[in-house]
Amino acid sequence: MRKGKIHSFQSLGAVDGPGVRLVIFMQGCPYRCPYCHNPDTRAFSGGTEYTADELVEKALRYKTYFDSTGGGVTVSGGEPLCQAGFLAELFEKLHDAGINTALDTAAIKPDENVRRVLENTDTVLCDIKFPDEKRYAEMVGAERENVLEFLKLCDRLGVPTVIRHVVVPGMTDTEENVLEIKRLADSVLSSVKIELLPFKKLCEEKYKAMGINFPLEGTPECKDETIERLNRLIK
Amino acid sequence: MFSENWNGFAAGRWQDEIDVRDFIQKNYTPYEGDESFLSGPTERTVKLRDKIFDLLTEEQRRGGVYDVDTETVSTLTSHAPGYVDKDSEIIVGLQTDAPLRRAVNPFGGIKMTRKACQAYGYTLSDKVEEAFKYRTTHNDGVFSVYSDEIRAARHTGLITGLPDAYGRGRIIGDYRRVALYGIDRLIEEKKKDKKRIADGAVSEKDIRLLEELSMQIRSLEELREMALTYGCDISRPAADSREAVQWLYFGYLGANKEQNGAAMSFGRNSTFLDIYFERDLKSGKYTEADIQEMVDDLVLKLRLARHLRTPEYNDLFAGDPMWITESIGGMGEDGRTLVTKSSFRILHTLYNLKPSAEPNLTVLWSEKLPAAFKRYTAKVSCDTDSIQYENDDVMRPKFGDDYAIACCVSAMRVGKDMQFFGARANLVKLLLLSLNGGRDEKSGMQVAPAGSRFEGEYLDYYSVMKLLDEYRPWLARTYVKALNMIHYMHDKYAYEKVEMALHDTEVHRFMAFGIAGLSVLADSLSAIKYAKVRVIRDETGLITDFETTGDFPKYGNDDDRADSIAVEQVEKFFSELEKNPTYRDAEHTLSILTITSNVVYGKKTGNTPDGRRAGQPFAPGANPMHGRDSNGALASLNSVSKLSYDVCKDGISNTFCIVPYALGHDEETRFKNLAGIIDGYFARKAQHLNVNVFNREMLIDASEHPEKYPNLTIRVSGYAVNFHKLSKEQQAEVIARTFHGSM
Repeated sequence: MRKGKIHSFQSLGAVDGPGVRLVIFMQGCPYRCPYCHNPDTRAFSGGTEYTADELVEKALRYKTYFDSTGGGVTVSGGEPLCQAGFLAELFEKLHDAGINTALDTAAIKPDENVRRVLENTDTVLCDIKFPDEKRYAEMVGAERENVLEFLKLCDRLGVPTVIRHVVVPGMTDTEENVLEIKRLADSVLSSVKIELLPFKKLCEEKYKAMGINFPLEGTPECKDETIERLNRLIK
Repeated sequence: MFSENWNGFAAGRWQDEIDVRDFIQKNYTPYEGDESFLSGPTERTVKLRDKIFDLLTEEQRRGGVYDVDTETVSTLTSHAPGYVDKDSEIIVGLQTDAPLRRAVNPFGGIKMTRKACQAYGYTLSDKVEEAFKYRTTHNDGVFSVYSDEIRAARHTGLITGLPDAYGRGRIIGDYRRVALYGIDRLIEEKKKDKKRIADGAVSEKDIRLLEELSMQIRSLEELREMALTYGCDISRPAADSREAVQWLYFGYLGANKEQNGAAMSFGRNSTFLDIYFERDLKSGKYTEADIQEMVDDLVLKLRLARHLRTPEYNDLFAGDPMWITESIGGMGEDGRTLVTKSSFRILHTLYNLKPSAEPNLTVLWSEKLPAAFKRYTAKVSCDTDSIQYENDDVMRPKFGDDYAIACCVSAMRVGKDMQFFGARANLVKLLLLSLNGGRDEKSGMQVAPAGSRFEGEYLDYYSVMKLLDEYRPWLARTYVKALNMIHYMHDKYAYEKVEMALHDTEVHRFMAFGIAGLSVLADSLSAIKYAKVRVIRDETGLITDFETTGDFPKYGNDDDRADSIAVEQVEKFFSELEKNPTYRDAEHTLSILTITSNVVYGKKTGNTPDGRRAGQPFAPGANPMHGRDSNGALASLNSVSKLSYDVCKDGISNTFCIVPYALGHDEETRFKNLAGIIDGYFARKAQHLNVNVFNREMLIDASEHPEKYPNLTIRVSGYAVNFHKLSKEQQAEVIARTFHGSM
């Protein structure tokens, strides 16, 4: 039986999709976003293997909380779509068990497996990290076009999609940047919802523990006022 | 019988016999709406509140005790009336003749009273010392019968916190009876009972009850006398809202004057009072603002309740608590909610009067509670961290719909059940003692009769289980015997006259045993089962340390391998307890609740196989050990929910700290998610959740800069405390707890 590589679990996620959610962090990510919160999930080696059935069994333990809050399972990472084949099976089985699914992803170039995942996805959380193509490639190490193509597929399949954009002071906190994100989102999605996330430095300890450099060490955290101001812009 | 003060109330059985529940069911008005009807504090309330706040600040400045009356032994009628501000008080009555002036109550034990006076710079008067030369106290009685074994178990901390030198508490008088019936009727009913019993065969049991009844009747007369000194004639039923609040409060005040009980809980009063409020609102006698003012004033009085206790007592039960627990809401057996507007009003005092640890506001939660009330309570938690939640859906089937919580998590039918409080046994020490052939791991003292001991080098689960099975019956037997002696003597020398007068004459009794150290025990046994644990002995052969290699599943991660160990150990201990007969045929019950004694229990316990070092605090109550619940909040809740309330009918306490952000980005989402988490947890048949919503950084800041957070109230273990009343050590333990959602 196919197995997925899991980094860890957070049994109470309240900010990654509707209601209260079990967040499954998948192991492995090809991207290198400067503000990455989970550098410990990047390596494709490591992690613990689980079958989809084992994960469904685990999720069912939280069914009472899902039912009372309209929550479910969110798969995050790492980049979950790097294990799209496994994910397709997992989401199908979660749906069979009556559990809501959310996918927190930076997207990959869509293929048949991705399509199968989306068929059983209730919410997509995705970021167009940098609107400029070149900058995207430079900062993330991937093609912006893949994200747009992925979002188009989400739209075509009618999966409710939220653009979650991390606001980093001095990097992504300008009005032009946010407006540009909105313009791009409008170009691929028929109904656009943008959630602006303030950059926080809670992950600093992880970098330290791993002995690697945190690229945004000197960057201040994003203030709530900035988020409020930018939110007014895109309303 | 009919009183004109009952005009407008629906008639029923409650008129013919003492039956407050029947009165409530026939007359109350369920409320499904939101909090928008509530009134803010009046100018008068603000002035009185601020005056009291100044007194409380001064009390803290004086080291925690404002004043002590060392001359007068507290009884119902010992003190002249006291006031905070006589002209502006709506609800009157203080324990002594001045606010925050503590009375001495040596019936539990004169030594404790003497020590408590000394600790705060007072000397117990010669007059009181002289009087108690000729009186046996509860404490004298107990120690005259304790066996050497019980003394040893107590001394080493195997059984700790026993109410053998202080008032046992946890008895809730049905104070509503004073308001609904008036004292004369209550006396009349008690006299009828007395006659009925005296006319019977009159066994030894009957004679004891007859003597108790005569004390009850006398105390009701004194209660009436005390109220009269405040100009209130409580011989008759309360005539309106203000009188109902006042009469009820006099009942509670009488209990506090008479007893320095550990937990002096208040009952389930808000929905009862609501009936009077509704009647007066309808007739136009009072406005919403008037009613809220009465509730505010009542709560201010409750916040002034004080007992004189020693600093050692404070180590066990930190923050000078009284557990003036008021149970709010719940559902009725007929499916109607018992939430009324007054359920909101009493919670609203946390805004009108600012957050506070007392009264201990406890929401009886049901999946079926009105949505608006659920949201409001979640909001109150997020805003004030001052309330706790208990699962009405698991308690109602056992206790009906007119029970209340005593102390933190102990349910009892109001006026029908009472309990013999039994503190707790340290099951971690039991494990260490079992390995050591009955010797205490710290002192080497032979506590239990010498039997088998662990002889090998690496602990194996099977041998350890066998040793536990050998020593557990001894501990259970010793524990039950100690409680039997304690409660025999408490009934004899410190009987709760007025509280029991506000109970049915034939009450059901619980004997409430307790467990401390459950998570450390479960993790230690899990380490033995799943990792490799080598024992380290000292020169006398005593096992004093362990070397644990390899990982093992830990309680608190929803991992059945560890959680099932906790479940099994609880069940085994309870079934041993049940084998031993109890004083007055009390029903055995068990709680997993430590209050703040988890710090003291930890201090008295040596190194453990889970890697905990000697002296380190245990986790409180049924909580997983700090930092070991690494799969997030719900996994942690799920582990605790596996402990059976059927076995632990005296309560399973779980204290939960979560950072605001982890509940959602915005307030409304947080309220919704918090209410949903409680729903989800209780759907799994869990019993109790103490909720704190704040960041660890704030507590650290408050610890360093107390002046910035004068009202900071936090939930610790079944109750709330003002953070600054905790010792530095206790503050550090709270800060070290798992905060869900922080990275």
